[in-house]
Amino acid sequence: MRINRWLPWVYAAPMMLFVGVIFAYPIVSLLHYSLSVPGAADQPAAAGLGNYGYVLSDPLFHTALLNNLELFLCVPVMLALSVILSAILFDRPRGWRVYRTMLFIPYILSIPTVGFVFGYIFQYQGALNAILRMSGMGFLAADWLGSPAWAMRTIMFVIIWKELGFGVILCLARLVSVSEEYFESARVDGAGWWQILWHVTIPQLAPALAFYGIVELINMLSWVFAYVYVMTLGGPMNSTVVTEYYIYQQVFTNDIVGVGSAAGVVLLSIVSVLIAMRIWMQRRLAAGGFE
Amino acid sequence: MVSSDVALMDEVMESRRTRRRAVGRVSRHAVMIAFSALALLPIYFMTVNAFKARSEYTSNKLGLPLHPTLKTMTSALADGGLYHWMLNSLLVTVASVAISTALAALAAYPISLMRWRMGPLVLGGLIALLVVPPIVLIIPIFEMVVSIDQLNTFHTVIIIYSGIMLPFSTFLLTSFFSTISPTLIEAARIDGASVWRVFIEVVLPLSASALMTVAIVQSLWVWNEVLIAVVFLQDQGLRTLMVGLTIFNSRYRVDVPVVMAGMLWATVPMVTLYLVGQRFFIRGLTAGAVKG
Repeated sequence: MRINRWLPWVYAAPMMLFVGVIFAYPIVSLLHYSLSVPGAADQPAAAGLGNYGYVLSDPLFHTALLNNLELFLCVPVMLALSVILSAILFDRPRGWRVYRTMLFIPYILSIPTVGFVFGYIFQYQGALNAILRMSGMGFLAADWLGSPAWAMRTIMFVIIWKELGFGVILCLARLVSVSEEYFESARVDGAGWWQILWHVTIPQLAPALAFYGIVELINMLSWVFAYVYVMTLGGPMNSTVVTEYYIYQQVFTNDIVGVGSAAGVVLLSIVSVLIAMRIWMQRRLAAGGFE
Repeated sequence: MVSSDVALMDEVMESRRTRRRAVGRVSRHAVMIAFSALALLPIYFMTVNAFKARSEYTSNKLGLPLHPTLKTMTSALADGGLYHWMLNSLLVTVASVAISTALAALAAYPISLMRWRMGPLVLGGLIALLVVPPIVLIIPIFEMVVSIDQLNTFHTVIIIYSGIMLPFSTFLLTSFFSTISPTLIEAARIDGASVWRVFIEVVLPLSASALMTVAIVQSLWVWNEVLIAVVFLQDQGLRTLMVGLTIFNSRYRVDVPVVMAGMLWATVPMVTLYLVGQRFFIRGLTAGAVKG
């Protein structure tokens, strides 16, 4: 289209204004706050790198980062399950559309709804323990969300439960776009279901899995606030504090904006590393590195 | 080997294969049924308990209601909060999705169809912003909003939601717009249509289902959002449904069936939207992955 060369800017301007106010300005201010806003009262150097020193030596921040790291363990589980479930759906068993609809429902439900409902199921006097006791396995009953040993694992279960449908849909969309010939020729060669899965399906899914894996890693760092806020509020005994929740508490409960901002910058840097990884993986995939 | 032996062997192999296939079919359905049941567990739990009285829940937590009652569902609604929070959520969702989709469409137009030299750079920037954690943005935005005295207003939250969704919606619309044939646009231009008229009369009508997809995916996100709603709408009367549910939950903690009834009411709108517009959900959520 032949047009005035300023015209594209005119069309994009409103979007850029919004993005400037909501993304650019806050990211710059965050760096500024982390360096210049006085931090906690018990902290010797009020400004400069003091906030970073405070954050990096705060045991609670270490707990938070370790909890995010533990959440990363959800990702391989999600990847494995979405490969298997999408491969089964791709065989088109009778009623596969209905299965697909049902498997995706957790992704549609809101985190508060899911969090509270599972909260009641996992209560010490809740439904899960009631079933365990009735079936003679009472020794397995635990305080799933109320004990530091289990709370994080229970949250992980709920996260996997909720995010799995997304992976299944992604993988299925990818499989549908793969030429049927690959599967047909493997079948003609007499390959069994697991052999096809390993030698055909998984290699063909590599791009979808790489995408899903990185998206979920980033989610485990920067989108888990709602789960913690709804199910445990960081407890019991801070065992489920994640980085987002740590920042939220420092800024909105303890009112130490400088420290919260410094933690925010740390979180932002970790996410940036993951994005760099994503770009690198995409290049490798484009270059056929996984073939 | 005589030919009859070959035939026999074939037959054996064939029957073994069909038996294996039958086993495969059964186990496939077993896996699917198990995972589907697990996926529906919270909806099941909400539904069966929303029709029980408080006394029944103590002894029967997971079974179907033995003495079903509608009173639990009506008393959850009679609280009034739910209704009010839903209206607030509806207002915030509709307004921010409308703004965000409109601005995204305007921006995606030059990026995808105008041979804009800066287009790819702008797009790259937006893709990088997709992964910025909201909590990081909220600290400075909160300070800013407080300093200009705009905390606890719907328009503040609507602007924040619209802005946060823009990188994703612009990116998605750009990839949808790119599939429109350039010759079609050239033809309209040669017929004397202005750039704006091409946008209104060619690009938008051709992208109706793409716009629908983007709007639905965004609605899902805004409707279910928690953090921004918690921080920026602290006034009782302004709570959105998601924050309202946390209040509802603590208000009725001792009466689990009422809590479940409330959650069920709150779940109905999104699940209905999903069942009706499933293909838009799936398209919108997978489009990002296919295009990379």
